[in-house]
Amino acid sequence: MSAVIEVSVAHRLGAFSLDAEFASDGRLTALFGRSGSGKTSLVNVISGLIRPQAGRIVIDGRVMVDSAAGLFVPKHRRRIGYVFQEARLFPHLSVRQNLLYGHWFAPKAEDGGSKLDDVLDLLGIGHLLQRQPGALSGGEKQRVAIGRALLAKPRLLLMDEPLASLDEERKAEILPYIERLRDGFGIPIVYVSHSIAEVARLATHLVILDQGKVSMSGPTAELMSRPDVPILSASAEAGAIIEARVLRHEPEHGLTILETAAGPLQIARRSVPEGAALRVRILANDVMLSLKPLDGISALNVLPGQVSAIGARHGHGGALEVRLDCNGAGLLARLTVKSVEQLQLKPGSAVYAVIKSVSIDTP
Amino acid sequence: MSDWLTPEEWTAVRLSLIVATTAMLASLPLGLAIAWLLARGRFWGKSLLDAVIHLPLIMPPVVTGYLLLIGFGRRGPIGQFLYDWFGIVLSFRWTGAALACAVMGFPLMVRAIRLSIEAIDRKLEDAAGTLGASPFWVFLTVTLPLALPGILAGMILCFAKAMGEFGATITFVSNIPGETQTLPSAIYTFTQVPNGDAGAMRLTLISIAISVAALFASEFLARMVGRRIAVE
Repeated sequence: MSAVIEVSVAHRLGAFSLDAEFASDGRLTALFGRSGSGKTSLVNVISGLIRPQAGRIVIDGRVMVDSAAGLFVPKHRRRIGYVFQEARLFPHLSVRQNLLYGHWFAPKAEDGGSKLDDVLDLLGIGHLLQRQPGALSGGEKQRVAIGRALLAKPRLLLMDEPLASLDEERKAEILPYIERLRDGFGIPIVYVSHSIAEVARLATHLVILDQGKVSMSGPTAELMSRPDVPILSASAEAGAIIEARVLRHEPEHGLTILETAAGPLQIARRSVPEGAALRVRILANDVMLSLKPLDGISALNVLPGQVSAIGARHGHGGALEVRLDCNGAGLLARLTVKSVEQLQLKPGSAVYAVIKSVSIDTP
Repeated sequence: MSDWLTPEEWTAVRLSLIVATTAMLASLPLGLAIAWLLARGRFWGKSLLDAVIHLPLIMPPVVTGYLLLIGFGRRGPIGQFLYDWFGIVLSFRWTGAALACAVMGFPLMVRAIRLSIEAIDRKLEDAAGTLGASPFWVFLTVTLPLALPGILAGMILCFAKAMGEFGATITFVSNIPGETQTLPSAIYTFTQVPNGDAGAMRLTLISIAISVAALFASEFLARMVGRRIAVE
């Protein structure tokens, strides 16, 4: 079976050259990289706003661009939804007319597309229908823009840093909607971001762009726990993602016990039903290593594992990342170079990971 | 009103309104096309086209009228062609007056429409494209409505210019009462005859009223354009 998204393009824009290739089956594929790494150019190429000089793009089995065969499907025939960084709502149309704009051009015969009511429900914008875009807040505009793209019955949804122009509060307001969209609508999403926290929370597949080239592509959890991806691992937000399930609650201690491949984790009590699947993130900064099991320590979460890789030192800094394999689950720990020397850590060393804090990404 | 104006004066006012309306409506499709080309097109000779369009604004109106007479008169190359093939005669007819007014008002119309098209955020048109709208539908549902205030302003300016056009009209189609005698021509005639002052004054007041109304309308619409752009 071929991937949902296959992209391979070469395009020069002045001094910048985009030369990217990736394939993804993910429900949400994140394009991650610094600003200027070509993320937006790449989604513009996928959407058809830019005609690449050479390349091939296949979405869901349909060839959109094949420069060798001289094929280029114009943007309005691709049925690829695009949520821009700034909402780009039509100022002369009401919210309702904006939402239904693409719906009107979408093929009528093909049923199974999103219905207005479903979308209003998903995004919580039912009360805004009669308003003009100028009267909406930034977060509301962005939700209407997402709804407008969904109602055009897209085969793929592109989101170019849809949260970048919003403050933290508005971001927190929209993130759950994007999660529901990812899990409930069956439309593959390509999501551009330069925020590790957003990527960790949302992405199932991660594509890392660097100076117009794809430097790495793979499942998010796998890439996030690698010590050798500097853009991720050297960041203060570096950390591993672990899939977990709620085992039980311990109300007397105010704790929730999670079951993971690496072992049980105890976290502050959450109102999540038993058996629910969660995604937890453990920051590299929050992990200490010990060679022996520890007695008399306040940390609740201590997992046994093995060192599987030791990352490179960041420039002349004194820190580096160590990747652990805890019964198949990857963990990332940030240690000083000195500690690595003193503990004589090398791939294969048996260690105990002391976890100071666990953050929950998917409630 | 008919008591206040003599039948001849009334005829001149009515003819002026018909000529100006015809000039405005007939030049609108071409005005839109040229404005769009100048705003969005990238082609050889763009600045030349721009200059030619603006020429009637700069040249003495008499020169424009004379050129029209040479080109569109019965013996002129275009006038002869129109007569031979379609039986259309422009010289010394009210249709000729409308043509002269349209040529004089055209640069104002094109300018207003062009500016409003240039002010449209092209990202909105891109967004419409990704939502499935073909370039034709993008133009119809995004470009045109957003440019509407500018289009209306351009139409009003063209209309006002046509109402006041004198030099080119009188040179091209003369000053025939009931056929080509528009408001300004009628005022001019009144000033050339004894005891014509009262008639000239009445028509002048009407002329001023129409001009002021047109200016206010175009100012109002221009402000609407500004508000639209400030939205995003």
